[in-house]
Amino acid sequence: MKPPAFKYYAPTTVEEALALLAEHGYDAKPLAGGQSLIPTMNFRLAAPAVLVDLNRISDLSYIRAADDGGVRVGAMTRHARVERDALISARAPLVHETMPHIAHPQIRNRGTYGGSLAHADPAAELPAVTVALGGKVLARSQRGERWIPAEEFFIGLFTTVLEPDELLVEVALPPLPARTGWAFDEVARRHGDFALVGAAGVITLDDRGRCADVRLVFMGVGEGPVVAREAMNILKGEEPGEEAIRAAAEKASQADIDPIGDVHASADFRRHLAKVLARRVLTKAVERAQS
Amino acid sequence: MTDLHTIRVTVNGTTYERTVEARMLLSDFIRHELGLTGTHVGCEHGVCGACTVLFDGQPVRSCLMFAVQADGHEIMTVEGLAPDPDHLHPLQEAFWEAHGLQCGFCTPGFLMTLKPFLEENPNPTEEEIRLAISGNLCRCTGYQHIIEAVKLAAEKMRK
Ligand SMILES: Cc1cc2nc3c(=O)[nH]c(=O)nc-3n(C[C@H](O)[C@H](O)[C@H](O)COP(=O)(O)OP(=O)(O)OC[C@H]3O[C@@H](n4cnc5c(N)ncnc54)[C@H](O)[C@@H]3O)c2cc1C
Ligand code: FES
Ligand code: FES
Repeated sequence: MKPPAFKYYAPTTVEEALALLAEHGYDAKPLAGGQSLIPTMNFRLAAPAVLVDLNRISDLSYIRAADDGGVRVGAMTRHARVERDALISARAPLVHETMPHIAHPQIRNRGTYGGSLAHADPAAELPAVTVALGGKVLARSQRGERWIPAEEFFIGLFTTVLEPDELLVEVALPPLPARTGWAFDEVARRHGDFALVGAAGVITLDDRGRCADVRLVFMGVGEGPVVAREAMNILKGEEPGEEAIRAAAEKASQADIDPIGDVHASADFRRHLAKVLARRVLTKAVERAQS
Repeated sequence: MTDLHTIRVTVNGTTYERTVEARMLLSDFIRHELGLTGTHVGCEHGVCGACTVLFDGQPVRSCLMFAVQADGHEIMTVEGLAPDPDHLHPLQEAFWEAHGLQCGFCTPGFLMTLKPFLEENPNPTEEEIRLAISGNLCRCTGYQHIIEAVKLAAEKMRK
């Protein structure tokens, strides 16, 4: 398998990259870790005429503490670095918990946070987790820059709101409020494979132990990350006991998702997994919020 | 449209200068341009791990990089593993002694994945070993002997 021919550019600054994207528009694609783009080119499912390699832009690779108590991750930060970073485990422990589920070690050495979001695979972990945390992404082009809430960023299968001349440059993850717990879990055929279904939960309790805020987001059951609104509504303001969590998980699997069946799993099996995973992550999130 | 680039890449300590097409995969560069056929190519879409090489010391899939991206970087392939022509690397010895291979197609990928892993984790648990090799497929061994070989290699490397 040989990828189709393309013109290759390796800019060393964001400005140069933006100029190339502005010039080539729909013909160009940014190349981040290449762990999704290169396989699709090897299969000739994608044939961009121009590749703008971001790997020589060292300015895009960082993990920084933000003034609000959250954390900022440069788009080209590799999965392997996020996985081992102390600031991430302190300020975005949900991301830390999720990283080992993403692909295999060799792929995590190349794949990037920004690439994972921009690629918008419906079974990918980071889009779901970033939405669950209420993160936002910074998009830049020669026309200017804009912050996009992660929840509005994904608009369909492998599709985001990014324009062809825009580069995702940074991801901002907000701080976790007091009495907040989190959890991620997934079911995959083999560790490192894309999961059949995954779920991320984040719960903030008020001072009386009721749910002040709930976030439950699935992957693998829709065209992108799926926010389980009905389930979240069931828990909001309630005490998150076993019964309430069970009811929310049931609701999530019936009302919030509309999974499709494929060779990997039937729609019913996905629904079942979603229920079980929702219950697990919500239970664990509550435990953590209480401790 | 042929987009040519002249690159300098250090492979197993030797620096090579070559002019390559932008679309040439790093795996094809290593095998066809440099003649280092120890790096195997199984799937060319990132699933099997046979093409694993060290890129600046870290294991990566050479079928998911373009050769032009390696310009100025250092690569190690399985040919660079043994210290000299008369001695094997402890990992290679262990795979031999513990029957960690049958046909050997997957072996270079396993070895290159495991070298940095064992250097970082001199005394891994079986669970850690299983996770470390989760990105490498083997159609022959059933993995059991590979896991035994890794334990043996760890023991040898600790000495
Ligand atoms: C065998 C295998 C298993 C995998 N398993 C998983 C898994 O379980 N979970 C998972 O989440 N992922 C998995 N992946 C994918 C991997 O995590 C990728 O790294 C990730 O999806 C894409 O990141 P990348 O940096 O490699 O992006 P690339 O492949 O370089 O790019 C992907 C797309 O995003 C665009 N893009 C990249 N960066 C930017 C940017 N900054 N701004 C705008 N557009 C951009 C590109 O143009 C391209 O269209 C797997 C991959 C393989 C090969
Ligand atoms: S040939 Fe590269 S992963 Fe299979
Ligand atoms: S020994 Fe034959 S594929 Fe592993």
